[in-house]
Amino acid sequence: MAEDAIPRRGFLKGAGAAGAAAATVLSGRSESAQAQTAVAEAAAETAASEAYLTLTAIEAAFLSAAYDTLIPADKLSPSGTDCGLVTFMDRQLAGAWGGGARLYRSGPFVQGKPEHGYQLPLTPREYFAAGIKAANAWTRKTYGKDFDRLAPAERDAALKAMEAGKAEFADFNAKQFFEALYQSAMEGFFADPIYGGNRNKVSWRMVGYPGLPATYANKALEYRGKKVVIEPQSIADFS
Amino acid sequence: MAKIMKAVDAVMVGMGWSGSIMARELTKAGLSVVGLERGADKSPAEDFALPRIRDEHKYRVRQEMMLDTSIETHTVRNTPSELALPMRKWDIPPVGDGLGGAGAHWNGVTWRFIPSEFVLRSHLIARYGRNAIPADMTIQDWGITYDDLEPHYDHFERLCATSGKAGNLRGQKIAGGNPFEGARQNEYPNKPLIMSQAGMIFSKAAQSLGYHPFPTPASNSSAAYINSEGLTIGQCQYCGHCEYFGCEANAKASPLICVLPVLMQDKNFELRTQSYVSRLIYDKQAKKVRGVVYVDRRTGEEIEQPAEIVVLSAYAFNNTLLLLHSGIGEPYDPATGKGVVGKNYCHQTTSNVMMFVDEEINPWIGTGTSPAAIDDFQGDNFDHAGLGFFGGGFIAPAISGGRPIQVRALPPGTPRWGSAWKEATARWYNHAFPLNCHGISYAHRNNYLDLDPTYKDAIGRPLIRMTYNYTENDYKMSAFLTEKAVGIARAANARIVGNPQPRRGNFGAGNGGAAHHTGGAIMGTDPTTSAVNRYLQSWDASNLFVMGGATFPQNPGHNPTETIGALAYWSAAAITSQYLKSPGPLVRA
Repeated sequence: MAEDAIPRRGFLKGAGAAGAAAATVLSGRSESAQAQTAVAEAAAETAASEAYLTLTAIEAAFLSAAYDTLIPADKLSPSGTDCGLVTFMDRQLAGAWGGGARLYRSGPFVQGKPEHGYQLPLTPREYFAAGIKAANAWTRKTYGKDFDRLAPAERDAALKAMEAGKAEFADFNAKQFFEALYQSAMEGFFADPIYGGNRNKVSWRMVGYPGLPATYANKALEYRGKKVVIEPQSIADFS
Repeated sequence: MAKIMKAVDAVMVGMGWSGSIMARELTKAGLSVVGLERGADKSPAEDFALPRIRDEHKYRVRQEMMLDTSIETHTVRNTPSELALPMRKWDIPPVGDGLGGAGAHWNGVTWRFIPSEFVLRSHLIARYGRNAIPADMTIQDWGITYDDLEPHYDHFERLCATSGKAGNLRGQKIAGGNPFEGARQNEYPNKPLIMSQAGMIFSKAAQSLGYHPFPTPASNSSAAYINSEGLTIGQCQYCGHCEYFGCEANAKASPLICVLPVLMQDKNFELRTQSYVSRLIYDKQAKKVRGVVYVDRRTGEEIEQPAEIVVLSAYAFNNTLLLLHSGIGEPYDPATGKGVVGKNYCHQTTSNVMMFVDEEINPWIGTGTSPAAIDDFQGDNFDHAGLGFFGGGFIAPAISGGRPIQVRALPPGTPRWGSAWKEATARWYNHAFPLNCHGISYAHRNNYLDLDPTYKDAIGRPLIRMTYNYTENDYKMSAFLTEKAVGIARAANARIVGNPQPRRGNFGAGNGGAAHHTGGAIMGTDPTTSAVNRYLQSWDASNLFVMGGATFPQNPGHNPTETIGALAYWSAAAITSQYLKSPGPLVRA
């Protein structure tokens, strides 16, 4: 347990800032050059702060390790953590959604069948707290360590076991938890950067999604069937 | 003790398409009308403004414009013998909320139903014999025909600035339009939208197989337009943010821009938002409703609004709930087949297959409506002899935006995460689109709505309990349509054709179709088999009219909105031209 008490700091780096991107059509710019620039820019901009709204150090370390496994640093993007995914999830869990807004929470609570969907009394904040505890307990039993202390190959194997329903958490559905974790990673990676993830619009550059303002009445014909590279813009660029 | 308001001529329960259209027609006839809307007031200029309306996470993932399930949801089970549990969040297609209703967040797809759908049971018996329809397929005729509704379809299209290409103008077939549509008196108000690359690929492939592709009719206006109310509708920006979003360009038709600006100027009309109707006041002996009771959500006060005419113009679930909770009409019982309220709940049987192509698709340029479609396998447009099912649907390249949290299809076998996943995502994002099959949902004896015995909504009423599963007819129909879609994908020489996804398994979380829910207060010719008559007038209260998808006896394979709008005009015409002269039943039971 002593090991668990050590604050996880390794994934945290300095602060940075990104300038608002200009709306420029860069036809002819090569895909790889675009991607490399994006990676360099995003890497320069790193985690803004260690001060989370709701996550504990252990939870932040777990999410960071999980997001870096799902979205590793490579030529297409920095790691999930460096893309801001832990910050994204911290804000989500601290906000209305995390607190169970728009969730029908009246009992009785019955397990039901898969067709019934989510039937737990837990808010998303409570759900992730319980899920992370259950996941770490399982990796300690299976690998002798908390999830974030595992080697990359072990992390990968642990997540695959959860995804396949082969990881047996104590009193918690590991497969369902993996899917919730996975969904949060995809949301953080691809959502508008105003939420704290997708720093420097790195995922939008990766796939070629131009973002805003998305007014194409005069371009729909001109762009049809053509490769168009547009410097992506986000909500903050217009605010 | 409820506060009692001054009596009015008519009250609308819900201010989406049906409530807005009905309120407009009744105020034009000189009636005083109050429009009650459970949700918030909405102003496109403020609520749908750039840049914040282009927020996939807020509107699509967190479903900002949808009904808050903590206020009201429904319970779900597959068969009458199972325990139903509440949808605690929208794991199945959601229900809209707020002024404009589903008409604010819809995609804009604007179909007329084909003529045979309105006389479905008679039509199938005439073509395939009396014994061809399975005993538990409780399909019915509507009590109206396509020709009855045609002028009102025409009106709704001029209200919505609908873009499209006629395929049947007064009986004359026109190349490039939908040859299977019922005869139209007029061409569409607007020319078709610009066809996207996906639409071009689809159309060419469909044509090569002898099918008849055409631009899907869209209330995403291809050009600025003055609508039937004299209001200016803007030009579609192909922004790829229709469904689940409001329109910043005032180009996607909605009650907010097509009707309400005129209605709000009318001194005969009063809008009350945040007004949550809990029940109707029903005089069973007199077969009349006296008004409605609602909660003002801003004060918590209970208010009674007396009215000469009550119009239920909420969503299908809520219209049915209000009938059942107010004791109006006999609840449907699947064991006996007797009763009418809650009967014939239907959904939409959708399926798809992904296409991965070399061409640049640019999915982020798009409208809510698919660029093209075929109706060759719609309804009874093809011979069903020996097929073992009835009905069909349209097939279309369903590409309505490239919003990247959700639109990232990958070829079968691609890893779900890691560097290989990222590479594949970057490789295919701009080169993939689904062929969607949008099929019928024909009524089944065991598919119905009633009141849940356990779970309650925020104001203490029982939740609607939905007993529903896809039927053998649905599964067979879906397999057939999906196979046709695969044929189109192959004819298009797609580099990779994804695993076909015909509808399989039980209805429920993660396995719903489109957000199209119908039935519960169905229309018809006989009070023992329908809740409302052909004018949408309740058989059990002559001053009560029920609107919307709730009145569909079963759900055809086209999207429901245009028929909902046309039915509102049809019913309004019956009220203003017949009912007001002599209030009482418009059809003798």
